[in-house]
Amino acid sequence: MTDNTTVLLDESGIKRALTRISHEILERNKGVRDVVLIGIRSGGAFLAEEIGHCMEVIEGERVPVGAVDITLYRDDIKSHGAHLPVGKTDISFSLEGKRVVLVDDVLFTGRTIRAAMDALMDHGRPGSIQLAVLIDRGHRELPIRADFVGRNVPTSLKENVAVRFNEKNQPVEVVLEK
Amino acid sequence: MEFKHKDIIALRDLNRQEIELLLATAESMREINSRAIKKVPTLRGKTIVNLFYEASTRTRTSFEIAAKRLSADTVNISPSTSSSTKGETLADTALNLLAMKPDIIVMRHAVSGSHYHLAKKVNCSIINAGDGAHEHPSQGLLDLLTIRDRFGRLDGLKVAIVGDITHSRVARSDIQGLTKMGSHVCLAGPPTMMPPGVERLGNVTVCATMKEAIQDADVVIMLRIQQERQGKTLMPNTREYSRYFGLNPENLRLAKPDAMVMHPGPINRGVEMSSYVVDGGQSHILKQVENGVAVRMAMLYHVCGGEMAE
Amino acid sequence: MNLLIKGGRVIDPSQGLDEVADVAVENGLVREIGRGLKAPAGAEVIDASGHYVVPGLVDMHVHLRDPGLEYKEDIVSGTRAAAAGGFTSVCCMPNTKPVIDNKAIAGYIINKARAEGFANVFPVGSITYGLAGERMAEMGELKEAGCVAVSDDGRPVVNSELMRRILEYARGIGILVISHAEDLALVGEGVMNEGFTSTELGLKGIPRVAEDIATSRDVMLAEYTGSRLHIAHVSTKGSVAIIREAKSRGVQVTCETAPHYFTLTDDAVRGYDTNAKMNPPLREAEDVAAIKEGLKDGTIDCIATDHAPHHLDEKDVEFTVALNGIIGLETSLPLSLKLVADGVLTINQLVEKMSANPSKIIGIDRGTLKPGAVADITVIDPAREWRVTEEALAGKSGNSPFLGWNVTGASACTILGGRVMFSGR
Repeated sequence: MTDNTTVLLDESGIKRALTRISHEILERNKGVRDVVLIGIRSGGAFLAEEIGHCMEVIEGERVPVGAVDITLYRDDIKSHGAHLPVGKTDISFSLEGKRVVLVDDVLFTGRTIRAAMDALMDHGRPGSIQLAVLIDRGHRELPIRADFVGRNVPTSLKENVAVRFNEKNQPVEVVLEK
Repeated sequence: MEFKHKDIIALRDLNRQEIELLLATAESMREINSRAIKKVPTLRGKTIVNLFYEASTRTRTSFEIAAKRLSADTVNISPSTSSSTKGETLADTALNLLAMKPDIIVMRHAVSGSHYHLAKKVNCSIINAGDGAHEHPSQGLLDLLTIRDRFGRLDGLKVAIVGDITHSRVARSDIQGLTKMGSHVCLAGPPTMMPPGVERLGNVTVCATMKEAIQDADVVIMLRIQQERQGKTLMPNTREYSRYFGLNPENLRLAKPDAMVMHPGPINRGVEMSSYVVDGGQSHILKQVENGVAVRMAMLYHVCGGEMAE
Repeated sequence: MNLLIKGGRVIDPSQGLDEVADVAVENGLVREIGRGLKAPAGAEVIDASGHYVVPGLVDMHVHLRDPGLEYKEDIVSGTRAAAAGGFTSVCCMPNTKPVIDNKAIAGYIINKARAEGFANVFPVGSITYGLAGERMAEMGELKEAGCVAVSDDGRPVVNSELMRRILEYARGIGILVISHAEDLALVGEGVMNEGFTSTELGLKGIPRVAEDIATSRDVMLAEYTGSRLHIAHVSTKGSVAIIREAKSRGVQVTCETAPHYFTLTDDAVRGYDTNAKMNPPLREAEDVAAIKEGLKDGTIDCIATDHAPHHLDEKDVEFTVALNGIIGLETSLPLSLKLVADGVLTINQLVEKMSANPSKIIGIDRGTLKPGAVADITVIDPAREWRVTEEALAGKSGNSPFLGWNVTGASACTILGGRVMFSGR
């Protein structure tokens, strides 16, 4: 670990944040009825699994969890070149009329969320889409806001926020890289 | 892993990692093809020209569907509707097409290597949909994907390819792709259809008989016999050919019990393959067609913007 | 027409000469070779120290494309390229438009070359009318008009009976028959050598045996008819062996090869380079080795270029569509000197194969520096390094597989009948 890195959340901090988000989701939706979680690959997909697990502990019922890969919906293919590997979208249930909670690790410009919403629409017509993120670092470029936030972190554009996962894809820490 | 090629002309030009990447992307693309709305906006605003100097309904259609599922605009140009019949050179045709500002030209051409010639003339990406007896990389990739789907790997498999190797671009792309991915390729066919030095292309064995090639094979790929071409000097007739080099339920028993059978199509039923095999449980021919769209989506996706990666 | 070439290494196999000496030229003829010679009256003095002074080089296989195909090359540009490459005499092949199958065309070429050319041009007439392979051309008249040989170069005489009669008839007239040895049925639609490279590139192959069979047939016909025969552009190990064996039996056969056949293999075709497409095609390493061996042991009598200019439009196309042939007049000398550097030939043998032997085979009074001989002389700078580029070439066309090569050796001065036609200094 270099000197330019600050730990924003440790493992227990992440756990507390995800637990709180789980409670808020349940409260807002008055239980698990019609709720589905869709994580954005790759970090968001892992966090969606964690939240799904948390909600099951609280409510005693498992909600469907899926994953969406937004590579093919990006608006920056030209500038990055199309050499990004394409991940798999894995939504094995219908989204028709569901209350979809989209999960991502870090909310930044909002472009990823825009792409993810486009991808979800191609899978059906959800009743509603809500957004849960572990970190909101600001600097939005699109009119998008999160419904559930683990922590708000004011950052500069030069900084980077990264959520680190262990080999079991469980979140272990959130760091600010300068 | 980045894909650094602007063009995909031959699997000979790609390394193992690049082939892996194309296959991985193709697997992701396959998910799109199973949706109710089979379309993603990835290549929105890109123009793809399908320039087919040889007729090919299936390959052209497959590329067209692949392009459309990625939201690209496609234009089909074939010799009968182009001015090539008026003696226009390939380079001039390409320069005229460039005025339409295509991002990708997908070309099929009867002359081996003509894509390299075209690539020197234009700055857009070029994808080879088959050139002479040289290569047919999208077919090679979809064959690799179909085999990997079945066995979960390509490494260590015995793959028999039977038929006219000399005139087959499918055989060359299969050999290049399979040997790079660790398979052992066993070839069989009349010596009149076996090109010299083919065993030097990789882990390739030229077998004296079809029996030897398919013995314990994991995969049997049968090639189409082009009767109009081979009729004259390469074999007596299709009847005798099919006796010695046709796949039927009897000789298929020599392969491993779970061996898969493939064919690039279109099939001459009763010549290179008996209908019992074509329609039998070991046939993966329709899966090849299905994978064709996904593989071509992956190719289109990766060449688009490849220029920026240099 | 008076010259004194001072201090060069004079190499003239025709008189067993290899020593540092001066060469005095008077009235367009060699007057004297010796040390410390006085310059003839009004002579230009050429310092040849460190250079080879040899009889003017002779290329017995060139396509000048004139008349009819002047957009590729003409007599003026072609002979200018010849002079730049060190050649003082070239034989031009009959596949012009119209074909050199009559006195008039042969006369046109000879007259134009005399008036405007930079080298002697000796036409080769066609064996058959219009190169059609059907009726014998008027070989007697062609000879009278100045043709030094007959050939249907570019295609074989397919009909064996006709080839037999041609060899017999030519013997009567005393004209050399040059065979383009190729079995067309075996060539089929082939565009390069048949082997591993053609397999990998998916290009139709031309098997070596297509050349070997045709060489064999023509050698046997020459033996049967007791006629002289020259085999053009030998490219295969098989042909070398057939000719070696025939010579040992006393058959009156001679042959040539071209620099690309001892310099390149079919690997040069990789990348579908149409400048590596010619007929016969580039072969494989073992053929290159056999060609070198044949040059060394005398089986191959001479080095000719098969200089075949083509317009860019005919080469900048798909591989199978591109025309056969490459230019060679200006790269032949450095590529051949490489044989000397590599120890394949001595410089004396090289001069024989590029001057004395072809002169003998076509029966012209060149290839010698004997006093009284026409002063066709090439002064070679064996150490000059240069890069082959289209700009550096004097001919009209740039279809060379050697573009971009750095080579060593060039003509420092090419002298035709005592007049300097090219000076590279």
